[in-house]
Amino acid sequence: MQLVLERRAERSTIAAIASPLIAIALTLITMSVLFAILGKNPIAALGVYFIEPLTDAYSLEEIAVKATPLVLIGVGLSFCYIANVWNIGAEGQFLAGAVTGSWLAVHTNGMGVGHWVLPAMLLLGALGGALYALIPAICKVRFGASEILTSLMLVYVADLGMDYLVRGPWRDPHGLNFPTTAEFDPVATVPTLIDGSRLHAGAIVALLVVMLATVVLGRTIMGFEIRLIGAAPKAARFSGFNADKLVLLTFAISGALAGLAGIIEVAGPVGHLQPGISPGYGFTAIIVAFLGRLNPVGILIAGLFLALTFIGGESAQISMKIPLDLTKVFQGILLFFVLACDSLIVFRIRILNPFWKPVHANA
Amino acid sequence: MLEAIILSVIAASTPLLLAAAGELVVERSGVLNLGVEGMMIMGAACGFAGAYVSGSTLVGAFCGALAGVALSSIFALLTQGLAVNQVATGLALTILGVGLSGLIGAGFVGDRIDPVPQLNLPFLTGIPGIGRIVFGQDAFVYVSIALVIGIWLFLYRTRAGLVLRAVGDNQTSAHALGYPVLRIRVLAIFFGGACAGLAGAFLPLAYTPFFIPGMTAGRGWIALALVVFASWRPGRLVAGAYLFGAVTILQLHAQALGLGIPSQLMSSLPYLATVIVLVLISRARSTAGSAAPASLGMVFVPDR
Amino acid sequence: MHDVSPKGASLPTEPLLRAVAISKRYGDFLANDRIDLDLYPAEIHALLGENGAGKSTLVKVMYGLIQPSEGELYWSGQKIVLAGPSDARALGIGMVFQHFSLFENLTVAENVALGLPASESFAAISQRLAEMSRMYGLPLDPRREVWRLSVGERQRIEIVRALMQNPRLLILDEPTAVLTPQEADQLFVVLERLKGEGRAILYISHKLDEVKRLCDTATILRGGKKIATCNPRLETAASLARMMVGADIGEVRAASGHGPSSPRLVIRELSLEPDDPHGTRLENVSLEVRGGEVVGIAGVAGNGQDELFAALSGERLVPSGGAIVIDGRAAGRLGVTDRRRLGAAFVPEERLGHGTAPRMRLSENVLLTGHAASGMVKHGFVDKAATLAVVDRTTASFDVRKAKRDPEAASLSGGNLQKFVVGREILREPGVLVVSQPTWGVDAGAAAVIRQALIDLAARGSAVLVISQDLDELAEIAGRVAVMFHGRLSPPLDAAEATRQRLGLLMGGASTAAPAAEPEASHAVGA
Repeated sequence: MQLVLERRAERSTIAAIASPLIAIALTLITMSVLFAILGKNPIAALGVYFIEPLTDAYSLEEIAVKATPLVLIGVGLSFCYIANVWNIGAEGQFLAGAVTGSWLAVHTNGMGVGHWVLPAMLLLGALGGALYALIPAICKVRFGASEILTSLMLVYVADLGMDYLVRGPWRDPHGLNFPTTAEFDPVATVPTLIDGSRLHAGAIVALLVVMLATVVLGRTIMGFEIRLIGAAPKAARFSGFNADKLVLLTFAISGALAGLAGIIEVAGPVGHLQPGISPGYGFTAIIVAFLGRLNPVGILIAGLFLALTFIGGESAQISMKIPLDLTKVFQGILLFFVLACDSLIVFRIRILNPFWKPVHANA
Repeated sequence: MLEAIILSVIAASTPLLLAAAGELVVERSGVLNLGVEGMMIMGAACGFAGAYVSGSTLVGAFCGALAGVALSSIFALLTQGLAVNQVATGLALTILGVGLSGLIGAGFVGDRIDPVPQLNLPFLTGIPGIGRIVFGQDAFVYVSIALVIGIWLFLYRTRAGLVLRAVGDNQTSAHALGYPVLRIRVLAIFFGGACAGLAGAFLPLAYTPFFIPGMTAGRGWIALALVVFASWRPGRLVAGAYLFGAVTILQLHAQALGLGIPSQLMSSLPYLATVIVLVLISRARSTAGSAAPASLGMVFVPDR
Repeated sequence: MHDVSPKGASLPTEPLLRAVAISKRYGDFLANDRIDLDLYPAEIHALLGENGAGKSTLVKVMYGLIQPSEGELYWSGQKIVLAGPSDARALGIGMVFQHFSLFENLTVAENVALGLPASESFAAISQRLAEMSRMYGLPLDPRREVWRLSVGERQRIEIVRALMQNPRLLILDEPTAVLTPQEADQLFVVLERLKGEGRAILYISHKLDEVKRLCDTATILRGGKKIATCNPRLETAASLARMMVGADIGEVRAASGHGPSSPRLVIRELSLEPDDPHGTRLENVSLEVRGGEVVGIAGVAGNGQDELFAALSGERLVPSGGAIVIDGRAAGRLGVTDRRRLGAAFVPEERLGHGTAPRMRLSENVLLTGHAASGMVKHGFVDKAATLAVVDRTTASFDVRKAKRDPEAASLSGGNLQKFVVGREILREPGVLVVSQPTWGVDAGAAAVIRQALIDLAARGSAVLVISQDLDELAEIAGRVAVMFHGRLSPPLDAAEATRQRLGLLMGGASTAAPAAEPEASHAVGA
C-alpha cells in the first residue's frame, strides 16, 4: 500500500481555511502528550498556556505589547518571503534599528530637547534596519551570495556590535557599571496608551502597518510585482519587472520594519538599551509570518496567538514549573504542522493499492 | 606553542567538518536542509545525556547521531513526503531543535563527564611536534577525516554515488530512468542528520566535557556556508573547515594578546569571514558557471 | 549478436507486445480509453495522433513508467506486469524519450551507465559504448559532459543507451522534433537497420510524410481512443490527418489585403554574449520585418533562438541601442516595458512559467504584459474590474475554453492557454509581434486559430516575426523564412525558395556564410 501526492488542478479553498485550524488542533494534541511526559496535567497546562492569559486585563495588555514587535517584523518578512527572498536576519535588523534609534536618545540625553526626538528616533531606527538589511541584499544581487547565510551571519555581528556599544562607549556613567545606557528621557520614550500600563503606541503603529501592507500587497502594482517574482521569476522578468530591484526593495522594507520594531521596543517597554532586549523576536517572527500564511491580517492574528503563548509560557513556568523552552518547542511543532497541512491546499493524498482491495495485475 | 594552536584548530574544525560533510551529501542529492544547527544542538544535548547516563562516550556519540537522524526524519517526511518548501521546513527544524535541546539538556547543566579518550600509541604519539597532532587525536577527528574520504569514494567511485549525483542534477531524468528519487533523498537526509548529530555530540563529549544550552553558537550555519564554499566537493570541504577553525582559534588568541581591539569585534570575525567568503566564492562562480546541484531545493512530486 | 529474430522464421503470427484495453485515468480525465495495440518483430509501427491524443501516456504504460488504470500487457504471449522501467528493460523494451532523460553535468559514459543495470562495470560500459556508437554510425565521446553537446548529439546518447541493452522492441517518442531534415534521414537509416535485425520499432509522431516514408503500420489515436490501424503507405496525408483530427481542419486562409509596407522591426548586426555559460552567442544577426508580412525564423532548438527572443523582448539589453529598431525608435537599451509602450508584443516559447504565472489567475496574468499601457493600472493601483474585462474579451475573441470565469493559468489545457497567451498580446493590436513556437504542444484546432490570428494581425499592417521549429507551420504562414544556426541568421528566403531541402541544409549549418565544419565532428569517437 502506498500513499502518493497528486497535484490538484486548482488550490482548494476549503483546505486553505481548514489547514491552520487542523494544524493548531494537532499541535495542542502533541503538546498535551508532551505535558503528560513531563508529568504535568495536560488540561491544566493547556489552560494556563492559552486560557488564563485571556482572563485578566494585565495579561491582555502584555499580549499586545509582546505581539507588537512580532507583527511588525512578521509583516516585513512576509514581503520578502512572498518574493522568495529568504531574509533570516530580521533579528539583526531589529538590533540595528534599536542601535541607530538609540544613538539619538543617548546623545541628547538630559539636554532638554523637544518632542521631535521621538519621531526622529523612529525614523533613524527604520533607516538603520533598512541599511543593515541591504548588506545581504547587495551581496545577493551583486555577487549571487546566498541571502540566507549572509543575513544570518550578520545577526551574530549585530548582537556583538550592540554588546560592545552598551558595555563601552554608550554605557551609563552613573549606572553602577551595569551594561546598559542611561534611561531615556521622557520625550524619547514611546508614550503609553493607558496610564499605568505597559501598552504603548507601538501597538497602533503595528495595526497601521498591517492595514497598509494589506492594501499594498493586494491592490497595488508593486504588490503584484512582489507576488509575481516569488511565484514565477521568469514571468516576472518577462513582465518587465527588475528582479534585482525587488530583492533590494523587499529587504529594505523588511529591514525597516524590523528596525522600527527594535527602536519601539527599546524606547517603549524597556526604556533603555541593553543586551538581550530581544528574546529572539526576529526568529519568532519567522514563525509568525508562516503561521499567518504571509498575509498581513493572518500575521496579526498569528502574532497575537504566539504572544499569548509567550505569556502563557511565563506563567506556566511560575505556577506549574514547566520549563520556558517548551514554548519554543511548541512554536516549532506548530510551524511544522502548519507547513504540513498547507501542503494539502496544493496536493491531495491518494492511496494506491489499498490493502482492503484485491490486488489485480495492472492496477 | 604552535603545536598547541594546531591542536586547538583541529578541535575547532572537526565539528564543522562532520556537519558539513553530511550536508554535502544531502545537497548533492538536491535537498537543502537548513536545519543543521537544530540537529547539531540536539546531538549535543542527547549526546551528553547519553554519555552521562551510561557512563560511556561511545554511547553518547551514538545517541547524538541518533538524535540527528530522528530530527531529520521530520524534515524528510515534510519535504519529501508532503512536498513542503525546504527552506521553511529547515528553519522550523532549527527552531524546534534549539527548543527541544534546551528542554533535554536543562537537567544536565553543571554535570561533568570524562571526555572522549585520545589516541595514545606507544612511540608515535610521543614524537615531538607532530606526534600528538597526527597520532594523538580522539575518535571524532579520525572519523571526520575517514568520513570525508569515504564520501569522496562513494560519490565518485561507486554506482550508488553516481545515482545520487544524478538525482541532484536532474530529478526528472532520474525518475524517468526508474530511480527512486524520494527514497534516495530520504536516505541522504538521514545520513546528513546522523553527521550533524555526531558533530553536535563532539562539543560536550570532546571539546568541553560539559553541556551548555546553545553551545553550538551558529556552527551549524557555518557548516552550511562551508558546503557552498567547497563548491560541493569533499576535498575542498576539508580545506574550508580547517580555515574556519583557524579563524575561530586565532581570534581567541588575538583577544588574549590584549591588542586593544574590542573583544566583540574579534568574536565576530568568524561570522564576518563567512560573509566575505560567500561573496568571493559566489562571485568567482558566476563567471565559471554554477557548481551547485541543479535540482537543489526543488520540490519533487513524481507523476504516476 | 544483434539479430534477434529466430533463425529462418517468417513473420510470426504472435505479436511481440500486445496491449489489451489499456486505460489510464487522471482524476476526471481519461488519457487512454481502452486501447488495443499489437507490435510485431521486424516491423516499424507508427503511433499517430495530434498533441494531447494520449500517445505519450500509452507508451509510458508500455515502458512501466506509469501503471494503467485498466487493461493488460502481453509479451510473447505471456501476461506481464511492469513495476517500473527496469522490468521493461529486463524484458527487452527500450525507449528513447522525446524529452531527454539526461544529466547535464555528468559525462556521456556516466549518462549511459545510469540507463543500464548496475551489474555491468563502468569500464565495460564505456568500452561497449564506443563500439556501439561506431557500429551504428552514432558518434559520441564518452568523456564529454552533456551540457557541451548539441541536441542531435544528445539524442544519440539516448539511442545508444537504449541499444546497449539489446532491445527487442525500441520505442521512439517524436524523435525528429529536434532534428534537421538531414539528421532525420540519418536516423531513418539506423532504424531500417534495426528493423533488418528483427527488432520491433514503435515510432510516435505527428508528422505524416515521415510516417508514410518510414512505417509499415500505423495506429491512430484521437482523444485517448484508438481510431484505426492501417497501412500508411496506402493512405493519403489527408486521410491520415482526417483520422487524427476527426474532421477536416479548415485551411489557413492566406492574407488578403495590402502587401508589406515599410520595415517596422529592424535587427541590425545584433551580437550578444550569452549570460549563461551553456548558452549560444548571437553573431551579427540582421533581419527586417515589414508591416503587413509574417517572417519566420527556422532552426533546431539550441541555436540561439532563446537568446534572440530575450534580446528582442528586452529581457536582455544589448550593447548597441541601434541594433534593434522598433517603428523607427532605437530599442536595444530599452527594457521590456518600454518596448511594449512602443507598441511591441512578445509571446515566449514556454507558456507556463514564462508567458504566464501558472498558479495565478488569468486576471493577474493579463497584468503581466498589460500593466504598462492598457489602462488596468491607475496611480499604482490595480483596477480589478478592468483586468477581468480583458480576460473576458480574450476568452471571447480566441475561444478560450475554461472551467470558470477566472481560473488559475495552470488549469487550462495547453491549446487553450496558448490561445489565451497569444490572444492577450494580439488584442493590444501591437505594431510588432515576436512569437516563439506558437503552436508547440497544441492541438490542431487551437493551432489553426492561432495561426489564422497571426496572419490576420499581419494583414492589418503589423510586422509579425515567428520563431518555430515546425517547418510545416512556417510554410503555412510565413512569407519569408530565415534560418538560425549557431547564433547566426541566414539571409531570408522567399516562401517559394524555402523548400524543406534548402531549409534543412541551412538548419544543419551548410551555408556559405556559416562558420567552418561542425565542431562536434572533431572530437567524436567513431566519426
